Amino acid sequence: MKPWLPSLLRLALVVLLVAFVTNPGWFEPLLKPLTENNAPVIYNQGSLLTLTLLHLRTVLIATVAATIVAVALAILVTRPAGAEFLPLSRSLVNIGQTFPPVAVLALAVPAVGFGERPTLIALFLYGLLPIFENALTGLTTLPANVVEAARGAGMTGWQRLIKVELPLSAPIILGGIRLSVVISLATATIGSTVAARTLGEVIIAGLLSNNLAFVLQGGLIVAALAVLIYDGLSAIERYTARRMGREAE
Amino acid sequence: MTLRFDKLGVVIAAISAYAAFAAPFATFRANRIVPGQARSIIEALPAATGPMLLAIIVAAALVALFRTPLALRLAASAVALAALALLIGVAGTFLTPAGNTFARISPASGFWSLIFAFTLLLADVLTRLNLSPWARVGALVVAALAIGLLLISGSWDNLSILKEYFNRADSFWAEGSKHVTLALGSLAAAVIVGLPLGILCHHVERLRAGVLNVLNIIQTIPSIALFGLLIAPLGWVATHVPGAAALGIRGIGTAPAFVALFLYSLLPVVANTVVGLAGVPRAANDAARGMGMTDRQRLFGVEFPLAFPVILTGIRIVLVQNIGLATIAALIGGGGFGVFVFQGVGQTAMDLVLLGAVPTVALAFAAAIILDAVIEMTATKRRVETA
Repeated sequence: MKPWLPSLLRLALVVLLVAFVTNPGWFEPLLKPLTENNAPVIYNQGSLLTLTLLHLRTVLIATVAATIVAVALAILVTRPAGAEFLPLSRSLVNIGQTFPPVAVLALAVPAVGFGERPTLIALFLYGLLPIFENALTGLTTLPANVVEAARGAGMTGWQRLIKVELPLSAPIILGGIRLSVVISLATATIGSTVAARTLGEVIIAGLLSNNLAFVLQGGLIVAALAVLIYDGLSAIERYTARRMGREAE
Repeated sequence: MTLRFDKLGVVIAAISAYAAFAAPFATFRANRIVPGQARSIIEALPAATGPMLLAIIVAAALVALFRTPLALRLAASAVALAALALLIGVAGTFLTPAGNTFARISPASGFWSLIFAFTLLLADVLTRLNLSPWARVGALVVAALAIGLLLISGSWDNLSILKEYFNRADSFWAEGSKHVTLALGSLAAAVIVGLPLGILCHHVERLRAGVLNVLNIIQTIPSIALFGLLIAPLGWVATHVPGAAALGIRGIGTAPAFVALFLYSLLPVVANTVVGLAGVPRAANDAARGMGMTDRQRLFGVEFPLAFPVILTGIRIVLVQNIGLATIAALIGGGGFGVFVFQGVGQTAMDLVLLGAVPTVALAFAAAIILDAVIEMTATKRRVETA
């Protein structure tokens, strides 16, 4: 494969995605064969652009919150004071992963009502696990000689954490964030079953009115977003890994 | 001897104190969808039982709060959980007015927080005990038997989640078996296709990147969209391929759900097969070749057994993920426990949501524990054999 081909494909995908969410009318002839009985081809109960931005906002808020909490927790259990929580936190992460997102979503509704909030809770809980697991891996597999050198240079525990341990773990933590974002992008669509405004709205409208064009456009936008964000984060991850001289997973 | 605080115990004691004294234990509602009224432990239980439960909670929280022997902590968490499980049923019977079939009693936030706190304690003890795989499966069986006994004895019959169950007992088991069939069937199909595909990818390097990329992209398609997109092709197959409709292949229903779960399952199975086979030590392969084993003998006699724990890890991921994803099949008429979840969300009847969600979580949890135990057993066996 030519080295410039992937970049070109990526660029084409970005252009297509932007064109689709801003001017979906252009693509009407392509999707037309998927509809029956003159049903609308392009989602007509809200603009695709607004829904895409709302979708991204939901994922962004949940991921930022999950990253802060997960990294803080991982730091806590890898300090001497929190070391006794390490095995327990590992088993809790394992147990947490067995909760299906739909169940979390539905059970959050009575506590916080319909709309964006139950979705944020479900995405937050789901996002926590991969980030926490990777942060833990990153912080517990630091090269021992580097940590010793930092200690020998007279750095305090806090200085070591900020200047040595966290930068060295950054590529692995970023890997966790990438996984978590991709899962969240897809899971956010389920949020529309409890009335959150995400691209899931388009898909569910399509399922309810038997309109395949809706299902396809909602699904493709989410998939394109996921592929692009996955790619972008992988690139950042490789860059930091090179700078830290540490191979990402 | 001086008493020292246990760090986790401080958290557990704080949660239990709040839950026992400040949060509602049970909720009383005149019918299934009106807002409920909170009842504390003392209000929700008959005269002597309320203070007794409080005493048990305080005692167990104290055991957790200080550094105490593991056996004592295990007993404290087990007794507290058992008392909570028994007495929430008593509260159901006590709070239901005689002869009233509309009133609903459900566990409230205080009850759930207490369950959470003491499950945390139990999880901590079990983690620290470092149980063998068999013992963990044994603990799971004991817990399942205890819950089964409580269900059969009828002591929970007056709780609203079981009232929802009695209204749809037949469909509950039908949807349940559909759910399990979907999750296990698609897993079996993914293993049958994914293992050979993984072995092929291991040997043919040019195929590897392509196959894994395609499977990766499938994972990014949101589940509800993939379920929906399969409706059209399967509908076409049903009407155009003779005999397909007779096999139960239809545009909506179980068939698209099955295919979607199968597609999602392929990536972990194929990827883990590739990783597992790549991790087989070169020395083992060379030795096998030196002994004059054919490629086929090497695959089944050496590479496959050595890669097995990694492949099993992929299967565990798939099974837990499928049990959760199968709930979404309900959106396209594929059945499963999701039916109750989405009906409940639609009617804002949370007990109905629980009727769908609780068995799903329990199934996923049990599957995770059992497969983790199996993985550990095969991994240790391998280490013993290679040592």
